[in-house]
Amino acid sequence: MAIKVIKVGEDILGANEETARTNKQKLDKDRVFTINIMSSPGAGKTSVILSTINKLKDRIKMAVIEGDVASSVDAEKVEAMGIPVIQINTAGGCHLDANMVESALNGLPLEETDLLFIENVGNLICPNAFSLGEDRRIMISSMPEGDDKPQKYPAMFADTDVILLNKTDLQPYLDFNFDVFKKTVTNLNSDVTIFLISCKTGEGMEAWFSWLEGEVGKKKDQAA
Amino acid sequence: MHEYSITESILTLALEKAREADAAKITQINLVVGELSGVVAECVEFYFNFISKDTMAAGADLSFVTKPTSVRCHKCDKIFTPKDGDWSCPECHEIGIDIVTGRECYMESIEVE
Repeated sequence: MAIKVIKVGEDILGANEETARTNKQKLDKDRVFTINIMSSPGAGKTSVILSTINKLKDRIKMAVIEGDVASSVDAEKVEAMGIPVIQINTAGGCHLDANMVESALNGLPLEETDLLFIENVGNLICPNAFSLGEDRRIMISSMPEGDDKPQKYPAMFADTDVILLNKTDLQPYLDFNFDVFKKTVTNLNSDVTIFLISCKTGEGMEAWFSWLEGEVGKKKDQAA
Repeated sequence: MHEYSITESILTLALEKAREADAAKITQINLVVGELSGVVAECVEFYFNFISKDTMAAGADLSFVTKPTSVRCHKCDKIFTPKDGDWSCPECHEIGIDIVTGRECYMESIEVE
């Protein structure tokens, strides 16, 4: 039988992009400022979320989507603070995708939410390839991981809007060179904003809170 | 696991296109993947053999064309391939680039009977 070539020319992750756009429209309708938080495991995603909730909970209505391979440990911590939270277990999956977030959005009170945190699965390889419908991508990198991470995982660092460089309180014990880190990052991504923070001591957190509050305010002021 | 979901997307897209063309069998799927896409061809092939078993794509060959990473310097517009993790411009030594190629992950075409 004759072989026929059919031109396709379509993105393999096109379906994900489409669902991400639908999610974004839904979130825009209720003017929910949404951040997709990515990092390696243990860099401090949950600690940053908990500290931020603690600081802003009287002024901003927040909700959280927690992505983990297994368990609901993180969601329980958020729930204990009285914040609406949906736990997604990816059952081995290494990233969140737009479909998973779409289902989670249905379980959240979006009309009463100003700020939505989506905590991605801890992984520096692929979460950046899957849009979820977020306004901004936030990466958390921590000093004990080393200053060479942007060099080793360039795509993740090239795709982020903000980097929170966490665990700065450990600097005296580490060989982390901030100039090297910053140079590599700005090389890949000249528009990125970097905040140096320590969730443990609270140092540098104010700058992050005020950036975030500013962005939430901007989204609220947008015409629906 | 990452490749598993990518492989599912590949199979779904290929089957959709083949059905649209009233094909009986998919013999080859031609894919283009960038170095930065993080897609491992061997893993995709492994999963593909499993999940395509009872479909018209069973036994299809997967062809991968790898796109190397290339970036454009913000200052002088030179397009270059970063070497040894050095992303600064070899021409003007400025930092600051846009990724031009390397992120691709698409299906170029399918071959059907």
